[in-house]
Amino acid sequence: MAKAKKLKARDLEVWQDPKAKPYICIENVTKRFGAVTAVKNLSLDIYQGEFFSLLGGSGCGKTTLLRLLAGFEAPSSGRIYIDGVDITDRPAYQRPVNMMFQSYALFPHMTVAQNVAFGLKQERLPKGEIQARVEEGLELVQMVNYMHRRPDQLSGGQKQRVAMARSLVKRPKLLLLDEPLAALDRNLRERTQFELVNIQETVGVTFVMVTHDQEEAMTMSSRIGVMEDGQLRQIGEPHEVYEYPNSRFVADFLGANNTFDGVVVAEEKDCSHIESEDLGCKVKVAHTELPLGSHVSIAVRPEKIMMSKQKPDQSENCVRGKIQDIAYLGDVSIYHVRVMLDIVLMVTVTNRQRVMNLDVTWDDAVYLYWETESGVVLNA
Amino acid sequence: MIRLVTQVSQIRSTVSDLLITKGRGVVTAIPYGWLLVFFLIPFLLVLRISFSETMFAIPPISPIVKWGSDMVLQLNFNLWNYHEILTDQLFLATILSSLGISLLTTLVCLLAGYSMAYSMVSVAPRWRLVLFLLLMLPFWTSFLIRVYAWVGLLSNTGIINSTLMQLGLISEPIQLLYTKFSLVLGLVYCYLPFMVLPIYVSLEKIKPEYKEAAFDLGAKPWTVFWRVTVPLSIPGIISGSILVFIPVVGEYVIPELLGSSETLMIGRVMWTEFFNNRDWPTACALAVVMLVIFVVPIMIFQRAQAQQQLLSEDEHAA
Repeated sequence: MAKAKKLKARDLEVWQDPKAKPYICIENVTKRFGAVTAVKNLSLDIYQGEFFSLLGGSGCGKTTLLRLLAGFEAPSSGRIYIDGVDITDRPAYQRPVNMMFQSYALFPHMTVAQNVAFGLKQERLPKGEIQARVEEGLELVQMVNYMHRRPDQLSGGQKQRVAMARSLVKRPKLLLLDEPLAALDRNLRERTQFELVNIQETVGVTFVMVTHDQEEAMTMSSRIGVMEDGQLRQIGEPHEVYEYPNSRFVADFLGANNTFDGVVVAEEKDCSHIESEDLGCKVKVAHTELPLGSHVSIAVRPEKIMMSKQKPDQSENCVRGKIQDIAYLGDVSIYHVRVMLDIVLMVTVTNRQRVMNLDVTWDDAVYLYWETESGVVLNA
Repeated sequence: MIRLVTQVSQIRSTVSDLLITKGRGVVTAIPYGWLLVFFLIPFLLVLRISFSETMFAIPPISPIVKWGSDMVLQLNFNLWNYHEILTDQLFLATILSSLGISLLTTLVCLLAGYSMAYSMVSVAPRWRLVLFLLLMLPFWTSFLIRVYAWVGLLSNTGIINSTLMQLGLISEPIQLLYTKFSLVLGLVYCYLPFMVLPIYVSLEKIKPEYKEAAFDLGAKPWTVFWRVTVPLSIPGIISGSILVFIPVVGEYVIPELLGSSETLMIGRVMWTEFFNNRDWPTACALAVVMLVIFVVPIMIFQRAQAQQQLLSEDEHAA
């Protein structure tokens, strides 16, 4: 039944529809702790069935925002609505919201089944229903066989599943996940990422996840909000945020990026010509309208830069440099190419390419070039 | 040359290994030696005295091992003392009354101590030190003076009675001192920190996430307290209760100073037997009986706990 009803926010892209009604509304929320402002006048709309990730470094306020949604902290100002209801002043135990803690916080003095039943008991449901829903919840995370274990007899991955079941049996309108995979080892983490997404699609609950891991956010989310210093720097679908970062911070945070400054010298339809002193070349960027003479920053991802010993037949987006370093990472290699005295561009080359047709090595002079679509102008 | 160096370093490492293992032995031997000399041996002496008879001698007890006239080695285990304790109404009543007073004291300490410990954990860290000091400060004055202070407060001419009389609330002083009330009050006052500290430690160890998770799952504050906080602080409750209950049963000074002469407490009875009646064997037998009363339940409890742990480990392995 649940499957048939499943809401595919991911596919519908409801946030693109201007008439769509947001499910969770965060309105001008500020949270101060003494002299520190953890969340600064932040507004955010999240739609039903979304898997929204708050991405940012430590101390950026993402966890505080999550705790504001859960009701563990009260905002200094601003309101929070869920499904049209103002829940700002409701205590945590009266919100249709559940949270999965980073440490999972399974009650050590209760068995797995008792842990999962705890939330249902608070609703004073009949015993039979509690038991049925506990079993259903444990079934969902494939932990039925561990019902009578205690949390200290479970592995990290198993604890994570139980914590998931414990918060989902409450059938919340919103599930909060605080770094849900941080306590798992790498292999398990990758597997669990897909499982979490599957569970989310099965139950159709709106998820808000906090993470510092951009890869995790990219694979799992329908949209990502990149946070810095208590504010959202950019909100968008994973590919948007990755391909078109709007600021140097976002560009840097989502993996290594080459950034350099320049001045706009000419405007054309759909593209701008920029003279970069940093790079010592002319750069052409698509999809922009920039005032002439303005100073801008440009980012080009390392995997979008091509490298060859022969001079390519393009005069713009092309620089000459000398290979300074090669880092072999297994699937790809990263070349550090010194272009000007103080500018080093990073270029990634997949190893298949490298083996097949690239015969460059340390201290070789090479041409670096990229397509007009590859450069991105950063606003800040 | 190189070989010599490696040999030397090998020897050196064996020596240091030896020192470490021996060192460990020494470190564990010290407390065990202490227990042997200052606990086990005195206890054996008490046990031995409890099996002898009273005599006019120094010490006033009969020997257990005796050479008879015809090269007969006599071993005299006198069980009369135990028989007396277990049948004499006075001793039985004393044991029961001591246990009752101690239980009451422990309960009052638990209620007061738990709320104190809870408030200490709840306040901001900089206030914790203040509360700690308030709790421990009385302990920097002499125990006797503190107990006597209660005499001054509670006696018929004491501060409480005279204030009440001056206010005209009562016409005659209320008998506060030398009652069960004053006794339990004094006991609670003196033993409260032994309850507060273990509970504080176990409350402090509870991760805040557990409470938050309970709130998050819809539990109201009262439910969170009973279903999460209290169960997770049981280790502290148990050790605090043991630390209060056991010494209070044998307490002598506080019953002597604050209790009524009718309230029977083991400590006082032992004192009477030992010093007034010079009946060492009965006093020692009483001590042994009390030890059995305490140690046996604790041992059963620990065994049960160990078995439970073993069981759960087995389950885990399987």
